[in-house]
Amino acid sequence: MTQTTGSSAVTTMELDRDVGFTRRVNHAGRLLWRDKSGLIGLIMFLSVVFAAVFAPVITPYDPLKQNLREAKMPPAWREGGDWSHILGTDNLGRDVYTRIIYGSRVSLTVGFFGVLIATSLGMILGLIAGYNGGKADALIMGFVNLILSLPYLVVVVTVAAILGRSLLNVILIFGVTDLAIFARITRGEVLRMRESDFIKSAVSVGSGTSRILFRHITPNLVGPLVTIVTFEMSAMIFYEAGLGFLGLSVPPTVPSWGNMLASGRQYLTIYPWIAIFPGLAIVYTGLAMNLLGDWLRDALDPRSRRVKK
Amino acid sequence: MQRYLFSRVIQSILLLFGVLLLVFLMMRLTGDPASLMVSRNASPEQIEAVREEMGLNDPLIVQFWRFASGAVVGDFGMSIRHREPALDLILERLPATVELATVSLFLSMVVGIPLGLLAGSRPGSIWDALARIAGLIGQTIPNFWLALILILVFSVQLRIFPTFGRETWEICCGVELPTKSVILPAIALGVFTMGQLVRFTRSSVLEIRNEDYIRTARSKGLSDRRIYLGHILRNAAIPLISIIGVQFGYLLSGSIYIETIFSWPGLGNLLAEAIGNRDFALVQAIAVFTSLAVITINLLADVAYAVADPRIKYGG
Repeated sequence: MTQTTGSSAVTTMELDRDVGFTRRVNHAGRLLWRDKSGLIGLIMFLSVVFAAVFAPVITPYDPLKQNLREAKMPPAWREGGDWSHILGTDNLGRDVYTRIIYGSRVSLTVGFFGVLIATSLGMILGLIAGYNGGKADALIMGFVNLILSLPYLVVVVTVAAILGRSLLNVILIFGVTDLAIFARITRGEVLRMRESDFIKSAVSVGSGTSRILFRHITPNLVGPLVTIVTFEMSAMIFYEAGLGFLGLSVPPTVPSWGNMLASGRQYLTIYPWIAIFPGLAIVYTGLAMNLLGDWLRDALDPRSRRVKK
Repeated sequence: MQRYLFSRVIQSILLLFGVLLLVFLMMRLTGDPASLMVSRNASPEQIEAVREEMGLNDPLIVQFWRFASGAVVGDFGMSIRHREPALDLILERLPATVELATVSLFLSMVVGIPLGLLAGSRPGSIWDALARIAGLIGQTIPNFWLALILILVFSVQLRIFPTFGRETWEICCGVELPTKSVILPAIALGVFTMGQLVRFTRSSVLEIRNEDYIRTARSKGLSDRRIYLGHILRNAAIPLISIIGVQFGYLLSGSIYIETIFSWPGLGNLLAEAIGNRDFALVQAIAVFTSLAVITINLLADVAYAVADPRIKYGG
C-alpha cells in the first residue's frame, strides 16, 4: 500500500519536474526571441562553429602554404591590397582570413573539450562533496579553495611551460584548473536541493543514492551550470590565445589566433593587420558567448530575472 | 568576530601550506626538475651535478621540508640563470608591478563604480546601456590585444604615450611617482576589472533599491542625491570591498601579458623571462610568492569586509 502511494508520488513529482523543464525551455525560447541580444549571440556563435567545421569550403587557400612573393599584403580596401586576400597576408605570405577561419578550430576544440573535462570532473567532485559531506567534503573543498586562491594565470603559464606545446596539454591544463568553479557551484546546488521536499520524498520512498544523484539531482544542475559553461568556454578561448601569444600553446606551425597574434606583434607598427584581425576574431567569439551566457542566465535563473527587471 | 578572524587566519595558513605542496609536487611530478633547470643540451654528468647540488637525491619528504621551511623565512632558492637569490630578483621587480596594479585598480574604480551606480539607479536609461556595453567590453576584449591597439593608436599614430618602458618621477629621498608611461598598460590591464565593477555595482544598486529602508528614506522626503550617495552607495560599497580585493590580487598576478608587451619591468615580465630562459627555480619562486601575495590580499579583504559590515555575524 505504502509502496504504491510512494511510487505514484514519485511519478507525479517527476512529471512535475518534466513539465517544469519543458516550460522552462519554452520560456527560454520566447525570451530568446524577445531578447534580441541573446539571439544575436547565438547566431554569432553558430557562425564561428560553421567556420570551424566548413573551413576548407569557405576559403580556397591552405592556411600553412607560404608565398613570399605575396607576403605582407595589406587588406583589400587599403592601398596595395587585393580582393584575392581580403584581410591581407602575413609576413610569410599566408592568407590572414584563411588562417583566422582555420584558427577557430583550435579555439573551439580547446574551449569545448576543456569545458567538458572541467564540467565532468567538477560535477563529480561537487556531487560527492555536497551529498556525502563530512571528510570527503572537507578534503574536496579544501582542494577546490586551494585552486581558486591561486593566481590562475601564473599557474597556467608555469604548467604550460613545463609540459610543452601541444593541443592536448592545453586542454588538460584548462580542464583541470577550471574544475574548481564547477565543483563549487555543483556542491552549493546539491546542498540546497538535499533539503528540498522532492529529494526528501525520494529518500523516504527508498530511492538509492545513485538514483537520487543521477535521476533527481543531476538534471536540476543543468540550469545553473549551463550559464557557467558558456562563460568559462569564452574564458578558455581567451586564455588559449593568451598562451599562444606567449608562445606556450599549440605548436607554432598550427594556425591559431594566439599564434597569429604572437607573430603579428613583431610587425605591429608596419603591418598592423597581421595582429589586428585575429584579435577581432577573439573579440567576436567572446562577445557571442557572453551575449549567449547573459541570456541563458536570465532565461534559466528566475532570481536574476527578478533583480534585472 | 574574533573567532571568525581566527578561523580565517588558520584557513589562510592551510592554504599557504597547500600552495607550497602543490608547487613542490608540480615541479616533481612533471619530470626531473634537474633536467628542467639545466639547458636542453646538458650532458648527463652536468644533470647529475645539479641533482646533487640541489639535494634532489634526498627522500621527497626531506626535500619538501627544506623547500617549505626555506619559503617560510623568505628563502625561495637561487635563480639558476642570474646566480642570485630569487627573492632579491622578485623584490627588485615588485614596485613596478604594484604601481601598475594600483593605477589600474584606481582607473577602473573611478570609471566602473560611478557608471554602475548611474546604471543601477536608472535602469533602461542611456547610462544603463553604456554600463552594459562597458561590462561586455571588459569581458570580451583580451587585454593583450587591447594593449596592441592602444599602442597603435596612442603611441604610434598620436604619439601621446611612450610605446614601452617605465619611467618614474622622483620627488625626493627615493619617493617615486608614476609618470604617463603607466597609463596605457594600466588601461589595458584594468579594463576587465572595470567591467566587473560596473556589473557588480549595478546589480547591487538594483537589489538595494527595493529594500525597505530605501522606501522609508524616500517617504521621509530625502532627495535622490542623498538616498543614492548616503544610503545606496554605502550599502553597495560593502560587497564591493571583497570584489576589489579579489581584483587587486588578479591585477598583481595577471599582468604577465601586459608587462611583456610594454616591457614593463615587473614580476610578470620576470616570469616570462624566467620561462624563456627555462629558469624554473625562479619560476617556482615567483609562483609561490604571487600565491602568498594573493592569499594575503584576500584575507585582508575579508577582514575589511567583516569590519565594514557590523550586520554580519561570523560564528563557528
